Amino acid sequence: MGYQAGEYDVIVIGAGHAGCEAALAAARMGCQTLLVTINLDMVAFMPCNPSIGGPAKGHVVREIDALGGEMGRNIDKTYIQLRMLNTGKGPAVHALRAQADKFFYQNALKETIEKQENLTLQQGMVEELIVKDGVCQGVITKTGAEIKGKTVVLTTGTYLRGKVIMGEVIYESGPNNQQPSIKLSDCLKSLGFDLVRFKTGTPPRVHKDSIDFSKTEEQPGDVNPKHFSFETTKGIDEEQLPCWLTYTSGETHKTINNNLSRAPMYSGVIEGTGPRYCPSIEDKIVRFSDKPKHQIFLEPEGRYTSEYYVQGLSTSMPEDVQLKILQSIPGLEKVQMMRTGYAIEYDAIVPTQLWPTLETKKIANLYTAGQINGTSGYEEAAGQGIMAGINAARKVQDKEPVIIDRSQGYIGVLIDDLVTKGTNEPYRLLTSRAEYRLLLRHDNADLRLTPTGYEIGLITEERYGNFINKRNNIENEIQRLKTIKIRPEPQVQDVLTELNTALLNNSVDAASLLKRPEIVYKHIEMFSPSELELTVEEKEQVEIQIKYSGYIEKQLLQVQRLKKMENKKIPSDIEYDDVQGIAMEAKQKLSNIRPISIGQASRISGVTPADISILLVYLEHYNKVVAARG
Amino acid sequence: MISDTIAAISTPLGEGGIAMIRISGPEAVSITDTIFFAKKKCSEMQTHTVQYGFIKEPDSGLKVDEVLLTVMLAPKSFTKENVVEISCHGGLISVKKILELLLRYGARLAEPGEFTKRAFLNGRIDLTQAEAVIDLIRSKSDRAYSVAMKQVEGSLSEKIISLRNILIELMAHIEVNIDYPEHDVEDLTYAYIADKCKQSIQLIDDLLKNANQGKILREGIVTAIVGRPNVGKSSLLNLLARENKAIVTDIPGTTRDVIEEFVTVGGVPLKLLDTAGLRETSDIVEKIGVERSRKSLLEAELVLFVLNQNEPLHLDEFNLFKEVENKQVIVILNKTDLPAQIEVEQITKQFSEEQVVKMSIKNDKGQLELEKVIANMFFEGKIESTDSSYVSNVRHIHLLNKAKRSLEEALNGTHHVPIDMLQIDIRNAWEDLGEVIGDSVSESLIDQIFSQFCLGK
Repeated sequence: MGYQAGEYDVIVIGAGHAGCEAALAAARMGCQTLLVTINLDMVAFMPCNPSIGGPAKGHVVREIDALGGEMGRNIDKTYIQLRMLNTGKGPAVHALRAQADKFFYQNALKETIEKQENLTLQQGMVEELIVKDGVCQGVITKTGAEIKGKTVVLTTGTYLRGKVIMGEVIYESGPNNQQPSIKLSDCLKSLGFDLVRFKTGTPPRVHKDSIDFSKTEEQPGDVNPKHFSFETTKGIDEEQLPCWLTYTSGETHKTINNNLSRAPMYSGVIEGTGPRYCPSIEDKIVRFSDKPKHQIFLEPEGRYTSEYYVQGLSTSMPEDVQLKILQSIPGLEKVQMMRTGYAIEYDAIVPTQLWPTLETKKIANLYTAGQINGTSGYEEAAGQGIMAGINAARKVQDKEPVIIDRSQGYIGVLIDDLVTKGTNEPYRLLTSRAEYRLLLRHDNADLRLTPTGYEIGLITEERYGNFINKRNNIENEIQRLKTIKIRPEPQVQDVLTELNTALLNNSVDAASLLKRPEIVYKHIEMFSPSELELTVEEKEQVEIQIKYSGYIEKQLLQVQRLKKMENKKIPSDIEYDDVQGIAMEAKQKLSNIRPISIGQASRISGVTPADISILLVYLEHYNKVVAARG
Repeated sequence: MISDTIAAISTPLGEGGIAMIRISGPEAVSITDTIFFAKKKCSEMQTHTVQYGFIKEPDSGLKVDEVLLTVMLAPKSFTKENVVEISCHGGLISVKKILELLLRYGARLAEPGEFTKRAFLNGRIDLTQAEAVIDLIRSKSDRAYSVAMKQVEGSLSEKIISLRNILIELMAHIEVNIDYPEHDVEDLTYAYIADKCKQSIQLIDDLLKNANQGKILREGIVTAIVGRPNVGKSSLLNLLARENKAIVTDIPGTTRDVIEEFVTVGGVPLKLLDTAGLRETSDIVEKIGVERSRKSLLEAELVLFVLNQNEPLHLDEFNLFKEVENKQVIVILNKTDLPAQIEVEQITKQFSEEQVVKMSIKNDKGQLELEKVIANMFFEGKIESTDSSYVSNVRHIHLLNKAKRSLEEALNGTHHVPIDMLQIDIRNAWEDLGEVIGDSVSESLIDQIFSQFCLGK
C-alpha cells in the first residue's frame, strides 16, 4: 500500500519547539523542507507550563534569536506577562521570563511556518525511517507515504511510547491525550540505538472563576518590560495579566501522606527516571518533610481562556486525591479542576550516541533534538532544534557543520553536556552548568552569536548592518571612556557627594570612575556625554563591560585555554585500542564517545589528565606518520 | 596548551649534595628574575652560562639559599623552550622553598613526565621514542596517583572534605538564589556569605600552619619493618629512631598498630613503618594490626625483613618471602648474641649477600653495617622515593594558599559585588581544594542544589 510521496532536502518529524526551529532554520537556509507532525493542531503546543524563559532558559531564547531563530520573536508577539528576574544580582544572571498566551503562541508560530518559503507543513505519523548502508534516506508514514529526505531530524518530544499515569489509571498516550508514537520507537531500537525511559509530569488546571484571589498574593509583570528578540522594538498593546501566589497547607500535606499508597511514584508503577529539579508535589512532601509549606503559583494560560495552571503542584496522584489536594490550598477551597495532572513516561535516546552536531553516530544524515535527547523544557528543545536544523541543512549543502562551544553560549553548554556526559534524568539547563557564566549574559547574546547567524544565512543584511553599528558604538564608547579624563570640578564633586562616594583628588579616566560600585553610566554621561546617539542597550553594554572588566578578563583568560584544547582536533578514524598507555576505563569511554577534540575528550568523566597527555603524544605521532605517508 | 611555564625538582630526594630545580616555558626567565638576586639578573645572562647568586623571598628579602643558575634559551634546550636550572643545596627545606616561590610567582607544578612530553611535542625527541614517553607519563602518573590516594585516607583529606562541604553548601545556596529567583529559600545575605568565607579562611590557616610545620605530609622513603612477632622489629625502630616510641615488651603481638617514625639513616630520609608481627591470629585487635601491616607492606619502597636467627625459619616467614618478592629488601638476622639456628644459605637462595645484615639489636651491634647497606642501595638508585610525596607537599601549600586568596577576594566583595561574581571566587577556592584531594567534579554542585533545596514547577 506504500506510495512515493515526494522528495525533500530536510524532513523534520515533530512540530514541537525543537521541530519548529529546525524546520524554519533549514527552510530559511534554502533547503526544501518538510515538517510532519501527528496533529496539526498541536504545532508549538505547550503541554506544561505556559511560560518561556527564566535563568539559563531565557538566555537560550536570546541565543536562538541571535542565531536567527523564531522563539524570541514569537513569544514577544504573544506574551501576557513579562518579568525580569534576578535584577538584584549581577548582569550575567538577569533573566527574562514571559507568561505566554499558549493559544496565541501556537497560532502565531503555525502561521509563520505556513507562510515560510521552502517549508511544507503536513499532518502524519511517521512510523519508520528508511535507512540504507547506515545512511538515513527518508521516512514512511502510517498511511503508507514514502517520503525521501537527504537528511532527517527527529524531534519526537514525549511521544515515543508515551504512557500517561494518574493514580491507578494508566494508558498509552502522548502529552495532553495525543496519539503516542509506538512504532518509531521500535524502529530506533531495531536500528541499534540505546533508549532510556524518562518521566515528567504536569499539574492540574483549574477554572479562574472558582479561585478566591483575595487569599493569594498578586505577582504583576514589569511596568516597562524588556523583550526577548533583539528585533522587537515595541511590546503588545494589551495590558499584562498578573499571576498569583499561594501556599500549600498542613491539610495538603496530610492528604498527600494519607494517600501515598495510591501514588504511582511510590507504588512502583513508574519506571522512568524523573527530573530532580521538577519533582511532583508528593515527592517534595516526602523528601522535604520538615518544610511546612510550598509555594503555589496560579498562572493564566491565556487571555481568552479561564484555565489556570497550578505551578508547583505537578502530580500523578489519582484524580479524586488531586481535587482534595487542590481544595486544601488557600484560595482554592472551592476550586473546579478542569484538567487532571498526570505523569508521562517516554523513550529517549542516550545522547552520547550523537556527535556535537546532533547527527547520530550510528546512522548518518539522521539528527535528533529536544526531549528525545533526554532534555526537558521548551527552550532547551528549541535551542537543539535550531542547531539540528542548521547542521542538517549544511550537510545537504555540503558545508562544514556549526558547533557552538561552551564559551559561546548556553546552547553550546547544553549540547556539549549531552553528547559528552550523557544524562541520568531529564536534563535542565541551569546557569551553574556554564563555566563562563559571566560571559554568557542574556544582554550580549547578539554580540556572541549574531555573526554566526549571519554567516549561516539566518540573519538578514539589514539586521546585520544594525548589529555592526551597535557593536562599533559600544567599542568606540568604551575606548572613549578609557581615554577621557574627569576632573575634580565642583559639578562632579557635588554629584559624588550626593552618591556618597569618595571625592576626586586628581583627574581620573571615566572608565575607572565607572568601576566604582556607586557610579553608573548615567552619571558619567552627566560629566561627559558621548557625541554618538547611543541606545539604552548600547549604554548598558558599555557599563557592564567596563564595570565588571576585572572578572570578565579572568574568564576570557580561561576561555583562551579552552579554545586551545578545542582546536586540537582528534581524527575521526583514530583507534583508541592502538593508543598504548591509556587506562582501560578511559579507552572504553573514548571509543564510545569518540570526542572530536582534546577539549571534549578532557570533559569525559573517567578520562584523567594523564590519559589526555598520552593522547596528545599519540596524536602528534599519528599526525607525523600520516603526514609522512602523504 | 604548551604556553605556560612549569617547574619541578629534578634531582632525586636525598640529603647532602646538590639539588636541582628545573623551569621550562616562556616565562621561565621572568619568573626567576623575581626571586634571584645576583650581579646579573637572570634576564641579563647569556644563554648557556652559569651565574652565582641568591634566592630570596622578594617580599621580606629573606635569603633562602645560595645557588648556581644556568640559563638555556629556546630553542637550544631540552624542551626547546626557555629553560632555567637552579642548583641549590640539597636537603628538603631550601629545595621546597624555592619551588614554592616559583609557583607563587607564576609557574605551574609540572605534571609527571611533562618535561619529556614537551621535549617530544616540540620535536626535540625522535618519533621512535614516543612510546617511551607514553610509558614514562603512565608510570609516573600511576605512582603519583597511588601516593595521592594514600594521602586521601589521611586526616588532611578529612579536613579538606569538611572545608569543601562548607563551601559547597554556600555555593548551592547562591546557585539556588540565581537559578530559582522566585523560590522561597531563605535570603542570602552578604553577612552570611562573609561569615562562611571567614570560617573557611580560618580552617585553611590552620591547615597551612600544620603544613609549614611539616605535618601535612612527612617525606622519606617508605620503609616497612616486617617480620614475625617478637623478632625485634620495634627494637630496630627504636634503635633507628633513638627514642622509645613503640611499646617494647617480650610478649608476642604487642605492636598492634602501624607506628611511623621519620629518620635519616646514612643520609637517606626514611619514613619507617613498624608493623604488627605478621602471623595468623584469632585476636581481633591483633588481626586489625596485621591487616594494616599488610597494607603498609604494599606501600613500602623498602622492606626491612627482621628474622630471629635463634629460631628456625617459620612457615609464616616463607610466606613473607613470597610477599616481598618484588620489593627492595634488606634481610636482618637479629639476635646474633644467641646461637644461630638459620643457615645463611637458606636466605641467599632468594636474596643476594649484600642484602643480608647480621645484627644484635639488643646490644647495638650491626647498626653501622645496616646504614651502609641502605645508603648504598639508595645512591645506586635501587631504592627511590615516589618523589611526588615531597613535591605534593609543596603543591598542597600552593593550592591552599590559592584557595585562601580566592576566599579573601570573595570576602572583600561581600558588600558590593553581585553574588554570582562572588561565586566565581568561591568556586575557584572549592576547585583548588578539590585538587588537593584529587576531586573536582562540578556535577556534585548540582547534586547538592537538588538535595539541599526543594524545587520544582
